[in-house]
Amino acid sequence: MQLEVNQLSKCFGPVHRPNLVLDGISFGVKTGAFVALVGRSGSGKSTLLRLIAGLDQPTSGSVLMDGRPIQGPGPDRGMVFQKYSLYPWLSAAENVAFGMRLQGRSRADIRDRTHYFLDVVGLDKAGGLMPRQLSVGMQQRVAIARALAAEPKVLLLDEPFGALDIQIRESMQQFLHQLWQRTGLTAVLITHDLEEALLLAETVHVMAPSPGRIARSVNVQLDRSNLADLRLSRHFLEMREDLANGLRSLEPEQQL
Amino acid sequence: MHGSWLRHPWLLGTVGVAVTVLLWGTITALGSVDPLFLPSPASVLQAGIAQGQAGLLWRDLAASVGRVFAGFGLSALVALPLGMAMGTNVVICRLLEPLMGLIRYMPAPAFIPLLIIYFGLGELPKVLLIFIGTLFFNSLMIMDAVKFVPPELVETALTLGGRRKQLLTKVIAPCIAPQVLDAYRINMAAAWNLVIVAELVAANEGLGKRISLAQRFLRTDEIFLGLIVIGLIGLMIDLGFRLLMRRSCAWAN
Repeated sequence: MQLEVNQLSKCFGPVHRPNLVLDGISFGVKTGAFVALVGRSGSGKSTLLRLIAGLDQPTSGSVLMDGRPIQGPGPDRGMVFQKYSLYPWLSAAENVAFGMRLQGRSRADIRDRTHYFLDVVGLDKAGGLMPRQLSVGMQQRVAIARALAAEPKVLLLDEPFGALDIQIRESMQQFLHQLWQRTGLTAVLITHDLEEALLLAETVHVMAPSPGRIARSVNVQLDRSNLADLRLSRHFLEMREDLANGLRSLEPEQQL
Repeated sequence: MHGSWLRHPWLLGTVGVAVTVLLWGTITALGSVDPLFLPSPASVLQAGIAQGQAGLLWRDLAASVGRVFAGFGLSALVALPLGMAMGTNVVICRLLEPLMGLIRYMPAPAFIPLLIIYFGLGELPKVLLIFIGTLFFNSLMIMDAVKFVPPELVETALTLGGRRKQLLTKVIAPCIAPQVLDAYRINMAAAWNLVIVAELVAANEGLGKRISLAQRFLRTDEIFLGLIVIGLIGLMIDLGFRLLMRRSCAWAN
């Protein structure tokens, strides 16, 4: 599988005074890769992910899956939103089964896979609980299990841990890293958190704002056997500082 | 001393009703008001027993409840797809919303003369009055409920491989179910208003008809009886909707 983003641009607003939000974004994602896009709010990163998901149409450029241009949203590109995306009238297990039901899989298949993916995200005992009975972190795990159960070729993650407390966020990062190693999923992560991007992704694209564009791309080769240690290692901190300086220099001049 | 029974949610409401009835009984027992204007609770009860034994009460009840259920049922049936279409389709919404907004402000009872000219004095004009008197409220409230469905829920279904039709049946319909039931519960009150108005104008039986006959013979006890029965039935329907909501949409509570 290969996801290819080609010279993607997006304008919002009226035709006579268009507001360029994304300007000529290009990058690729191969099977099993973990790619992160980092930028502050206003860098158009969420818009970019929505274009890849097919939820919005680009002004110019294209998104190719295995060489074919995408036609709107599809189950080959699973999406995890920042929050509020579980169906409140369905239990955790029914939420996981939801996509498979839409796809018309057999009952036995749905039951087995629901069980399997709840187990994968560590919620095998919570299948009967309703979303409001789950913590925010557990809700996000259910959302991830639901997306994975629909068998996407690539998982699109839009600030999936942005609404979580710092401790829960760190454990969820650990969880996502292990999930990636175990299942070999392909992921595109959108985040404003440099540390999160560097910890999880092999390739980090740093986005500059107004208009949103990729300012710098970094290949991150790190020993990820222990994320907690890695967070504090000198090499990691230097890398983070270097990128953070780069990000700061991209800020438009502040007028006070 | 705060026993658990004191905190029961129905306690204060029951006290409010009981005190009112007690006050009413006391005033009539003191004889300070002409019983022609304010009949005693006992005489209202007696009127009720008399009408019940004569079978009048049940025939009136069946007639009024039947009209309300027919008119409101039709309205609920039409409003659901109409409101959902308006909530999901911009073209339909822009086409119909101003029109509905306009008709909604025309008092439904003002349609009675027209309905009588068109359909005579039978059941049809009464059912239609309730239908047009509640259709636009129902539709607009359902439309609003659809517009407040969080976009993430719809978009998640799209990225899971959902088709347009599945969005309606699997996401939007279950999501708006509590608001739809609530809209029906609230607008049911309007249906009761309208059936009484229709019966006051022209009818052979029904609770509204009974009240207007009672006025002719200065039977205030029967007027009170009619009012109380109408209130009780409305309350029961309200509770029925609440129960249905609690049973079918427990997630929304």
